[in-house]
Amino acid sequence: MALLQLAEPGQSAAPHQHRLAAGIDLGTTNSLVATVRSGRAETLPDEQGRHLLPSVVRYLEDGAIAVGEGAKAAAADDPLNSIASVKRLIGRGIGEIAALGSRLPYEFVAVESAVPRIRTRRGEVSPVEVSAEILRVLARRAEAALGGELAGVVITVPAYFDEPQRQATKDAARLAGLKVFRLLSEPTAAAVAYGLDQGAEGLHAVYDLGGGTFDISILRLRRGVFEVLASGGDSALGGDDFDRALARWIMTLAGIEDDADHRVLRRLMRDACAAKEQLSAVERVPLRIERGDGTIWESELTRATFESLIDPLIARTLAGCRRALRDAGVRAAEVADVVLVGGATRVPLVRRRVAELFAGEPLAGIDPERVVAIGAALQADLLAGNRPADEMLLLDVIPLSLGVETMGGLVERIIPRNSVIPAARAQEFTTFKDGQTAMAIHVLQGERDLVSDCRSLARFDLRGIPPMVAGAARIRILFEVDADGLLNVTATETRTGVRAEVSVKPSYGLTDGEIETMLRDSLAHAGEDLAARRLREEQVEARRSVEALRAALARDGEALLSAGERARLEAALTEVGRIAAGADAEAIRSAVAGLEQTCGFYVERRMNRAIHDAMAGRRVEDFE
Amino acid sequence: MLDLSLNHFELLGLPVAYQVDAEQLAERYHELQRRLHPDRFAGASERERRLSVQASTRINEAYQTLGDPLRRAQYLLGLLTGEDSAGAGTSSDAAFLMEQMELREALAAARHRADPLAEVDSVLDRLAGQSVGLIAALDERFAGADRQDLEQAAELVRKLQFVTKCRAEAERLAAELDDPAAF
Repeated sequence: MALLQLAEPGQSAAPHQHRLAAGIDLGTTNSLVATVRSGRAETLPDEQGRHLLPSVVRYLEDGAIAVGEGAKAAAADDPLNSIASVKRLIGRGIGEIAALGSRLPYEFVAVESAVPRIRTRRGEVSPVEVSAEILRVLARRAEAALGGELAGVVITVPAYFDEPQRQATKDAARLAGLKVFRLLSEPTAAAVAYGLDQGAEGLHAVYDLGGGTFDISILRLRRGVFEVLASGGDSALGGDDFDRALARWIMTLAGIEDDADHRVLRRLMRDACAAKEQLSAVERVPLRIERGDGTIWESELTRATFESLIDPLIARTLAGCRRALRDAGVRAAEVADVVLVGGATRVPLVRRRVAELFAGEPLAGIDPERVVAIGAALQADLLAGNRPADEMLLLDVIPLSLGVETMGGLVERIIPRNSVIPAARAQEFTTFKDGQTAMAIHVLQGERDLVSDCRSLARFDLRGIPPMVAGAARIRILFEVDADGLLNVTATETRTGVRAEVSVKPSYGLTDGEIETMLRDSLAHAGEDLAARRLREEQVEARRSVEALRAALARDGEALLSAGERARLEAALTEVGRIAAGADAEAIRSAVAGLEQTCGFYVERRMNRAIHDAMAGRRVEDFE
Repeated sequence: MLDLSLNHFELLGLPVAYQVDAEQLAERYHELQRRLHPDRFAGASERERRLSVQASTRINEAYQTLGDPLRRAQYLLGLLTGEDSAGAGTSSDAAFLMEQMELREALAAARHRADPLAEVDSVLDRLAGQSVGLIAALDERFAGADRQDLEQAAELVRKLQFVTKCRAEAERLAAELDDPAAF
């Protein structure tokens, strides 16, 4: 429990041990991990010196799991057990995946739960588990490089990721045994990587076209504060779609049918991707494609043809940019710089179109594939407490509006898109029938008016409303979104205080129980003991709490506490220390919880003092 | 509970007035968030994080309310009159309503024009002009702030609300015309 780090601006928090932290870019096609060492953020290579880890997970016959190049190389020959582009699936339901339109070469299992599962030789796996495997490999890489256990990580997500997609990403981290300091928007991470280097002020746009997602963010940078004014995008549009458009073109010409063998389709996608990459450097490439019957189709692809295939896709991203500009209330000409992020921005036509829209050459000085991980590492280092906490601050927004269903299948928006997070907003509703004692609450995300056009996040009931005439009950629905963009909804009948609450663990998320089971399975698989791990985690947490409280007491215990209060806290500290030395994880957990309870009043005093100091600080400024 | 009895203006250290210096607002907002944003409490206890989220949420709410001309007017009107619903309802200015109706009809017809986006843009321009006028008028009324001024301000708020809503619809239509696949 690191109590408030109430350092004055410009002054670092109490000296402490350097905590190990990493930034992870969990990408559709490739993933990366970066960390700050001797003041510099850099991505970390594997033993062969490769920085990019292909986001492919393969379940091998001997029960082992391969992640990265090996899995990618085998994917064409073992498509059903090699899961690629899982980011396209995470946080989505089976129906939605089907609606994505891209034909995926996996076998989905129809299950009760809305979370899709993929059938592999290892058994059925969910996208959360597949993502966790990737995270594990990256975390191990970082720990090997840093020589110790990670205190926490920052994981990037597309700015346009909706609530379930963010939640699922966080679940994957939990499954991989990682503490998430924060989920960070990819464009914001990129802006951090650029902004801190160059100290640029003013308006910036970040155009991020990754393998499977497109994001645009408009940010204002001012003295280390990165304020996102608007973000937009499409979480199902990316460089992979360029490959797909090209593959489709080849299929038509080469006479390959939609229902061709998985292997043929996989190879075709691989060839299309290779041709795309070559065309960034040369004007024409030869094509040599193997059909299902073993015959070969040969031809040539020019850059002009390729560009005509992808131009409609790029046009959609530009429309997204214009919309974000409108939302931010900014004209393209006011934007000082455009930063390019994501492998697909290497495509020359993308650069040309972006340059036309913003009337200026975009910035791509930092490797567009690494820039997000680098920004995430800088933020992770800051959140771990290794740098003065006021050096920079990232203020993000939610990309999509949140609301509830009202009469007639319409959506009432409660928190509009591009609201700064954390955010909270309440709205009152009432009953429409005499004697109504329950109300169904349907939580939605999206911009459309009709419930059927928005994404259903969760449903829950408020029960036990005392019978009243229609319209007399006062039902207050409160939406709270945290700094990660995760939503909590509560409903209260304000006259009687009847309450119902839901953390949106929705339609497409995993339950805590499911995660627990998966965690146990994966630990057993790795030969680790769940109980031992629990104990270690609780002990670390207890130690952290005790140290933080001691540091806080040393700093302002004198000023904020009476002698009696202080003695009470000291006694509680000693007690927690004693229990933490034992081997009962549950006892340690409840001792730490008890400590939090005991020092709650002190925490509040410190927080209030922080507010007053912040206000007093500027009053002084006023007189100057 | 946190001591958050301050109103939005007090919290951000600004005079209780309709005119707000955007620079000053941003600066003070950033200063508060620098100290209270949940990122400052990444390694903190549940309780502290909850308090920080509360404080940060409250500051965001104040900032977004004061940063938006309509929400600022509604909030200030509520503060000065002590009525939450001040400025609610519909304007009774017939000429104004007629003009709004015309603009809405122009929007509805835009889809079928040769250049729908240009049509929407021209509606957006007119709405932007109306907003500017209403905001300037609000400035004056709030500067006076006697009973009569506040009544007039309430009427201006009703109009601004109308215009703002129409603008949002026009912007949405523009976005849809720009990228039909997204809708």
